[in-house]
Amino acid sequence: MNSWRDRLGRIAAPTLVGILMLAGWEALVRWKEIPVYILPGPLVIAETLWTDGPSLMASLWVTVRITLAALVTAIVLGGALAVLFAQSRLLERCLFPYAVILQVTPIVSIAPLIIIWVNDVFLSLLVCAWIVAFFPIVANTTLGLNSADRNLTALFRLYGANRWQVLRYLRMPSALPYFLAGVRISGGLALIGAVVAEFVAGAGGANTGLASRILEAGYRLQIPRLFAALLLLSLTGIAIFAVLSWISQRVLAHWHESALPQEE
Amino acid sequence: MAPLLALERIGKIFRNGTEALAAVDLAVASGAFLSLLGPSGCGKSTLLRIIAGLTPPSSGRLVWAEPHGTGQIGFVFQEPTLMPWATVWENVYLPLRLKGRSRAEAASGIDRILASVGLAGFERTYPRELSGGMRMRVSIARALVTEPGLLLLDEPFAALDEITRFKLNEDLLALWRERNCTIVFVTHSVFESVFLSNRIVVMTRRPGRIAADVAVDLPYPRAGSLRTAPEYGERCRAVSQLLAEATR
Repeated sequence: MNSWRDRLGRIAAPTLVGILMLAGWEALVRWKEIPVYILPGPLVIAETLWTDGPSLMASLWVTVRITLAALVTAIVLGGALAVLFAQSRLLERCLFPYAVILQVTPIVSIAPLIIIWVNDVFLSLLVCAWIVAFFPIVANTTLGLNSADRNLTALFRLYGANRWQVLRYLRMPSALPYFLAGVRISGGLALIGAVVAEFVAGAGGANTGLASRILEAGYRLQIPRLFAALLLLSLTGIAIFAVLSWISQRVLAHWHESALPQEE
Repeated sequence: MAPLLALERIGKIFRNGTEALAAVDLAVASGAFLSLLGPSGCGKSTLLRIIAGLTPPSSGRLVWAEPHGTGQIGFVFQEPTLMPWATVWENVYLPLRLKGRSRAEAASGIDRILASVGLAGFERTYPRELSGGMRMRVSIARALVTEPGLLLLDEPFAALDEITRFKLNEDLLALWRERNCTIVFVTHSVFESVFLSNRIVVMTRRPGRIAADVAVDLPYPRAGSLRTAPEYGERCRAVSQLLAEATR
């Protein structure tokens, strides 16, 4: 019964807050008679989402494709880099600072260069999104690979395990929760990276992502459309996070503390 | 009995300058149940790790009667040290997997060892679903699955409640007698060492040296009823006295 109340609280409370805020927003817009090109009310935005939905969806798909491609690349390359780092401290010492530099440099400042260097639009946006997304995976997975239990490591040595066996049967499973936490962060970052890169690229035309729709809508003062696009982006981010959380929960269900049901 | 291994003037100084062991001479007979008894931090765990080859000694040498390969030493840590992501079966399979044995080849041996430590039916259970005592049983099963001639245990039952510890003591004795292996058992409990072993080596405070080396002449099999017997109490009193002298 507690779990029922718990679940109700977890879903109902934030929903209630959301409804109140939307109602307040709508009321404010009507009461102050704020024009739609300054701040449209939620109802107008919903209506725009309905009418403009199909055309926005095509753009959303472009953004989602870049995001997912960047995430997959970040998972593959980030994971591989972490494994490489775990094999050699020297390599980690040599390369890790550059990964940090890449991470801390704002993507908006590198994006123009990448767009110049990489001819293909999709590929250049992918590279930008990847730069933003790969670091949490590298950092987390490296930490995880180096966090294997010391006694278990000793046990592997006692039984004469080779490097590959230690990696495969001890360090990789130990790193899995860290890796998955990294992937969850990277999912959101890949979307942000993709949108920011699109903004910088500023490409117009049919085959462009949601960021271009937002820019266009801004120039044309189609503020309800801008909000609708924004809403789609948020929903995409939430969906990515939810899916990755679900996968993480499933994978770790049997053993990791983070996936266990909470004690009363 | 024939010697299994001999420690000759084994010393250990850690990198931070701490001297853990000073010139330990010890011969372990084949088939012995030897307890290393001493206060915390006396270097008895370090000695065990040196025997296992997990830590190199700073001085002295280790002489084996016969050359030995991997899998001929089983090691049980203070904590169960299981892989939380793997089932009981997979945990026990680990040493064999590392030796390149297939699941099919390993299966019958694993079933047998799980049954003998009282874990039949728990094959597909994950460590977190087990009690502390059951986890320790998995750890012992894993150490025994390669059928080692020498089993090293590092205060394996220190974290368990007394009732569980008593039961595991008795089960460990049964396993030892059934398998004819040699056991070196590290403990800080006089009662545990007297109940289990036929030889007790008492160690001093850091740096660890051997202060006393006594035989426990109580006959095997030793049942739980021994704990209340006067001859057991007598041995415990004598060993307690030795320990008190050693740590003064």
